[in-house]
Amino acid sequence: MKTSTFIYKNLKLLLILVFSGMGASVLAQRVSTDTTSIQMNMDAVYNRPFLKAGSFPVALGGYVEAHGQYFVTDGISEGISFKIPRMTLFVSSSILDRIKFLSEIEFEEGTKEINIEFAALDFEFHPLFNFRGGIIMNPIGAFNQNHDGPNWEFVDRPISATTIIPATFSNVGFGFHGKTYQKQWVWAYEAYVTNGFNDQIIANSEGRAWLPAAKENVDRFEENFNAIPLVTLKTAIRHRQIGEIGLSWMGDVYNKYEEDGLVLDVKRRLDVFAIDFNTTIKKKLDITGEWVWAFLDVPDSYSQQFGTQQQGGFVDVVYTVIKRKMLGWENARINLALRLEHVDYNVGSFNETGGTIHDDIQAIVPAISFRPSAQTVIRANYRYMWETDLLGNPPVKTAGIEIGVSSYF
Amino acid sequence: MINIKIKYLVFVCSVSLLFYSCDEVFPEAPAENELLDGPMEGLSFSEQNRFLAGDVAFNDEIFTPESGLGPMFVATSCGSCHPGDGRGHPFTTLTRFGQTSPNQNTNIPPGAPQLQNRAIPGFEPERLPSGVPFMKFTPPAVTGLGLLAALTDAQILENADPNDDDGDGISGVPNYITPPDYFQPQWFHQSLNGKFIGRFGKKAAAIDLLQQTATAYNQDMGVTSTFESLDVATDFTIDPEVSDQTIRDVVFYLRTLKAPIQRDSDASDVIRGQQIFSDIKCGSCHISTWTTPESDIEALSNKTFYPYTDLLLHDMGPGLDDGATEGSAETYEWRTPPLWGLGLSADSQGGELFLMHDGRAKTIEEAILMHGGEASTSRDSFEQLSETDKQKLLTFLKSL
Repeated sequence: MKTSTFIYKNLKLLLILVFSGMGASVLAQRVSTDTTSIQMNMDAVYNRPFLKAGSFPVALGGYVEAHGQYFVTDGISEGISFKIPRMTLFVSSSILDRIKFLSEIEFEEGTKEINIEFAALDFEFHPLFNFRGGIIMNPIGAFNQNHDGPNWEFVDRPISATTIIPATFSNVGFGFHGKTYQKQWVWAYEAYVTNGFNDQIIANSEGRAWLPAAKENVDRFEENFNAIPLVTLKTAIRHRQIGEIGLSWMGDVYNKYEEDGLVLDVKRRLDVFAIDFNTTIKKKLDITGEWVWAFLDVPDSYSQQFGTQQQGGFVDVVYTVIKRKMLGWENARINLALRLEHVDYNVGSFNETGGTIHDDIQAIVPAISFRPSAQTVIRANYRYMWETDLLGNPPVKTAGIEIGVSSYF
Repeated sequence: MINIKIKYLVFVCSVSLLFYSCDEVFPEAPAENELLDGPMEGLSFSEQNRFLAGDVAFNDEIFTPESGLGPMFVATSCGSCHPGDGRGHPFTTLTRFGQTSPNQNTNIPPGAPQLQNRAIPGFEPERLPSGVPFMKFTPPAVTGLGLLAALTDAQILENADPNDDDGDGISGVPNYITPPDYFQPQWFHQSLNGKFIGRFGKKAAAIDLLQQTATAYNQDMGVTSTFESLDVATDFTIDPEVSDQTIRDVVFYLRTLKAPIQRDSDASDVIRGQQIFSDIKCGSCHISTWTTPESDIEALSNKTFYPYTDLLLHDMGPGLDDGATEGSAETYEWRTPPLWGLGLSADSQGGELFLMHDGRAKTIEEAILMHGGEASTSRDSFEQLSETDKQKLLTFLKSL
């Protein structure tokens, strides 16, 4: 059964659960965290505010994002439109001491897409040795795991983190994770095997190698496309005063090379490497970045439109201008922010001319945000973006304003 | 408190001023004469809707193995060969092979006439048979095709002079093409022994835009239709992979794309360059001015336009003789390509120029110097021009 069908059929149950939770919230206690200063990126999934009713073992939470936007592309505007890109519900449960469960169910653009982004059991055998199984978010880069809207000053998700790393990228699988501490240092690792990619990443209507197309395979939560699991490894190190840096890799054979014992093609690999970092300077300036490289084995005889290498990344700089009581809200903040992004979907040169293959995007996004608390943000972004086609023709220029809200609840 | 309010006010005013004062806050539309795409003026609401449907099919529909691509192909969409409706890049150059002389098809090997040099994963692309004659075509711009399609055969034949009866050294021969079974002659078509005048393609091998479009879907993308139903891999008839409606919409789109608009037409160098163009007889083949007759699309009726072509074949000399051909054309004969949009070619070819039929010329001057055969006299005249006049001629050509 498709995930979305399952969700629809169980929508009543889900709503009862949610409203029960809301009813219970009269007696509930908010387990609040400062979600903008998490321990490590890998902790983001549990480092969220939940409502917990007394000793009831289930805690509820979620977040919502909504915005209005006005964009102009080369002088032509589609006008003003409003979006609710996602509303997400979390349910977490402490089943037993050191055994916990968390799920994250996302409703995208109304109910256009309903996805279980995370639904996993964690068994802690030792801080360095936790077993996780279920639908997990592959720990590639940082954004894929730490993607909650209220944590960011920007309305749009980073382009590289959603189109090269297809965040949110979740798959069914198992693996281990752990952490160890020494003085100011924290070291962590994650290692999972999951279902993975499929050949739609080079056979899609985007006309380019497009990793998000893998998510269109509705069967990926019930069977692996080609019986070879996707391996995802991440290691990160954090100094409590300096910041965190993470290195990650995921690799898989993405094509159906064999069916019913017949060999259809050679095994074709996809390997994605990412480096991510974040730091806070003088408690006022946050810098977050991520860079990703994807390497694909694309048949030589297929179109060069589908590149063998992609790369891209972003840097966010957030500066807290004011932090004090404002309009009755304690610890309210006004932040100024800037995002710089670049993606190149096709790194290489044309066989026919030796000229550079383009297919790239650059964007600059200044922003201002108001945070009544760390868990809620009102943000205004101005985005200017240059999109160059495969051939390197004059770029299509798009600019616009986005004003939105996002909050945990 | 007052201080903070003033700061806020200054901030809000600064941001507002920035947005109102800077043109680049929202990117402006390029000037109409800098773009090749867009509908011609005078379309009705229903025609605009149909244009839009064709635009989506032409520029946005990318074929995948699932939607019919291949298994062997050259490009995945119409727009990948004709970016922004302009000239294509060598990346999507087409290779035609097999026919060595006019109306002689007996030697055509399997897979001809067009090479599909790419294949979906798990399939092998077509290989050019060893020793076979072939020619390469860089995809042309598609703007203004509706105006050329609206002309009558009689108008085209007015400029034909196969035996050079007027003694000017310029012949001009129509390429008579055996029509596909789905071809429906219009009132302006004239047949000769069951064949019709081709007017589209480098050798003028396509009679009308329906033939051009259905063939491109089939031979360029490996997509079958009720018009061209043979699978490129097997040569068997298979189910249509694109609807008749989509093909018709694309044909409508091509018919109603605006003609390229000349830039700086009042500049003195452009005017002088145009005069030189005429003086050295470039205009004998690159005929500037045409007027359409009545058309079923009002916007195409009685329009005077400036494509700089005669739609006829000319002997271009041994330098451009690739040894392969189409229809009744000789291997050394090429249809006069329209020059309109020439100055915008770099904007669709990745900032470079790939001119002549296969992109071998990297500048307009190089392209002129590659002219031979009937164009030798004009080429020689160009070479004898002063550097200043050459530049003026080139300025004129870039203005088109």
